[in-house]
Amino acid sequence: MTDIAQDLPGTVAKRRTPSRYQSDEFKARLKARYNAERRFQVYGALAIATAAAMLVILLFSICSKGYLAFWQTEIKLEITFDPAVLDPSGERDPNGLRRANYQGLINSALYEAFPEVSGRRDRRNLRALISSGGRFQLADMVVANPDLIGTTQEVWFLASDDIDQFAKGTLPCGVTHEERMAGIPCTVPEDSRPINDRNIGWYDQLYANGQVDFAFNSVLFTKGNSREPELAGMWGAIVGSFYTLVITLALAVPIGVAAAVYLEEFAPKNAWTDLIEININNLAAVPSIVFGLLGLAVFLNFFGLPRSAPLVGGIVLALMTLPTVIIATRAALKAVPPSIREAALGVGASPYQVILHHVLPLAAPGILTGTIIGMAQALGETAPLLMVGMVAFIVDIPQGITDAATVMPVQIYMWSDLPERAFVERTSAAIMVLLGFLILMNGLAVYLRKKFERRW
Amino acid sequence: MNPSYLLWVILILTIIGYFLGQNRAARVADGRLHRLHSVPSYHGIYVLLWAALPAFLLLALWVAMESWLALELAIAQLPDRFTNVDARALSLLQADVLNIAAGINTGRETAPEVKEAAEAYNNLRSMGDTAIFFVGLLMGLAGLRFALNRISLELRARNQVESVLNVLLILCSLVAILTTVGIVLSLLFEAMRFFTWVPPAEFLFGLQWSPQIALRADQVGSSGAFGAVPLFTGTLLITAIAMVVAVPIGLMSAIYMSEYAPVAVRSAAKPVLEVLAGVPTVVYGFFAALTMAPFVRETFGANGLGLDVASESALAAGIVMGIMIIPFVSSLSDDVINAVPQSLRDGAYGLGATKSETIRQVILPAALPGIVGAVMLAISRAIGETMIVTMAAGLAANLTANPFEAVTTVTVQIATLLVGDQEFDSPKTLSAFGLGLVLFIVTLALNMIALRVVQKYREKYD
Repeated sequence: MTDIAQDLPGTVAKRRTPSRYQSDEFKARLKARYNAERRFQVYGALAIATAAAMLVILLFSICSKGYLAFWQTEIKLEITFDPAVLDPSGERDPNGLRRANYQGLINSALYEAFPEVSGRRDRRNLRALISSGGRFQLADMVVANPDLIGTTQEVWFLASDDIDQFAKGTLPCGVTHEERMAGIPCTVPEDSRPINDRNIGWYDQLYANGQVDFAFNSVLFTKGNSREPELAGMWGAIVGSFYTLVITLALAVPIGVAAAVYLEEFAPKNAWTDLIEININNLAAVPSIVFGLLGLAVFLNFFGLPRSAPLVGGIVLALMTLPTVIIATRAALKAVPPSIREAALGVGASPYQVILHHVLPLAAPGILTGTIIGMAQALGETAPLLMVGMVAFIVDIPQGITDAATVMPVQIYMWSDLPERAFVERTSAAIMVLLGFLILMNGLAVYLRKKFERRW
Repeated sequence: MNPSYLLWVILILTIIGYFLGQNRAARVADGRLHRLHSVPSYHGIYVLLWAALPAFLLLALWVAMESWLALELAIAQLPDRFTNVDARALSLLQADVLNIAAGINTGRETAPEVKEAAEAYNNLRSMGDTAIFFVGLLMGLAGLRFALNRISLELRARNQVESVLNVLLILCSLVAILTTVGIVLSLLFEAMRFFTWVPPAEFLFGLQWSPQIALRADQVGSSGAFGAVPLFTGTLLITAIAMVVAVPIGLMSAIYMSEYAPVAVRSAAKPVLEVLAGVPTVVYGFFAALTMAPFVRETFGANGLGLDVASESALAAGIVMGIMIIPFVSSLSDDVINAVPQSLRDGAYGLGATKSETIRQVILPAALPGIVGAVMLAISRAIGETMIVTMAAGLAANLTANPFEAVTTVTVQIATLLVGDQEFDSPKTLSAFGLGLVLFIVTLALNMIALRVVQKYREKYD
């Protein structure tokens, strides 16, 4: 402050006319200063408003696309379970039943529903109304209940992704559904949209017959990944995230808490502990992708652990969240007043008994909160997992920590890269689910902090 | 026999050991527990540790050594004509043995001796696993028995348990150091291998980046240029855009929150910033690619201002990265602004300064070192950010300062070079480690300096 005091007399004398309160100059100056004050305050409010607006735009742009993915278009067809096709031998052998030509059943049901369609090209277009997963659906039905053979049933099939997108109105047509039903054709030229007028006609006809319905998209939450948007689910990624987080939790929490207890309660103050502390602070700021490089070079190449496994992903994320857990635990330990320790020591407890019986239980809520926040970070992390190969296309639901798996953020990354339009809404839906988990975890942390917060 | 069985056996032994130890201690004390040096549960833990630790260490050692040891022994059985070859052929041989042992078809004709070696490898491993199981079991039982025999009134069970605990705590606190050492060593080691192909000077100062290496020498684009300058400038360009967005907004919102905002606004704005901070980067990346990039193209492109805008412009990625960093800048600046003593404010008010004059002429100059530190931390964050740029910035290594062109960054290149299966003997893959080393050193330096600045500044007012 000394330099300001030094140049005060000179500058003031030069710049300012002697103040006479109520003079016009004085009033003008005061007004300008007050205006500057108001402007400055507005800038501040604008900054906050911009940040809030960005959040709103971000959430809106994702939710406005993603909510559509929670519903899926289904088409009802009359399927005749022809014994000649399914079980010519009449043995009801499950293996034979599974291999039968179910696509043929669907195709003949479609040709029956649209008898006027002929020609290879049109028929191929017609077959493309129904998702390619339809035949597996029928196979499952028949294997589970062979008595269906010989009967005719109404079966709801998933529509293919283009029809689904068209039904939801995300593919351009130019007119609303009602207008089309009234006979007004699409205004968007046919060659600039993925489905042509014939497809739209068939869809409208099915719709008019009550053969189209929107159902909750259970595939999205129960199935693994797929190349077909309408068959792609994120359950595999959710399970993978779960296994990965279990590993992270099992490693980061015991090691982090133990390290924090040592540094906070037992470590002598010397150069060595200083080094550990500086090291932890720096580790907290190392870019996450560098941890991925570490995982790749050390755990995959050197130790030969399996690629794409939640085990390796979990270890890498544990190393990454370790500083968070250590820092939070140290803060929680610091918040326990020394009087507790002194009282325990006074009645004859050993230093370790003081920590284990008194300090740690009192610090537990703080540790828990820090842990949950660390886990939320790990759940949202993508980059290091790309390095250890968790970015593979995996259809099966992982069964253990050494199975190939992917995690939610990586699934989002992979889906966002795919060209099909239907994946845009699925990516957004996956983001909504991920954000839901994160909000849940952070909300839990806030709740626990509020509930157990203790001022000494 | 799977080594995990031994783990279960050890677990059961520890439980048995704990209760046996506790009982033995109570019996030795003959009902008058105060005669014991330690309470019985410490005797229980004492026995538990003796039963578990030696067997567990043995198991850990075996698991770490198993495949290496078995492979060495299996290779050693092979005739000399297989093993007397150069290092490269030897590693190929090892890979063959491992693949055949794992039942993977190598797709090549393999000598019967190699098949025998693979069989020997499998046999050695399963034999070793069985042997380790019994040795481990024996060690566990022996440890249990030894510890039980030592239980007496004078046994300082608590002290011994606590010294083991102490060692455990120290080991845990060393994990952080080991992580850093692991990072440095793995980056250095792989980067050194990279630098045997590409001299460091060419890597750091070359202007051409195209890591694709052709399989044949006459193929188009076979050059494989590894000059990283376009990546550095791309990173700096996106970082600069991010800072232009994040620093004013973050700083002004911190000022507003700590000096102006009424309680209601503050309690509404704080969660907003926290949510912005908690959104995963992959979500920002998706937002940048799907919402911000088209928006930038519309606004500045042919339909808007008529500029030439690439579909993956640096501007879109930079703006979204800036949004991501706003809460970071804001919370750090909030800390430093709050650390400025109230007496400085009161002094300024006493001289008749308005609030904004106080902030601009007293608080900000006083907090400047801290703010500089905060900005440096934010820059290091932006440099290391991967997902936003991977999803929204391009792969084309353009040497440009035009924010409407596509640029690529260090992290994008690391991510794209290392995703998928890689061979670890090509400069293309290893260049990622060279880039990683640069990234690590730069962010580390920025952090060290920033932390030092912030700390020094904090001490000034304490």
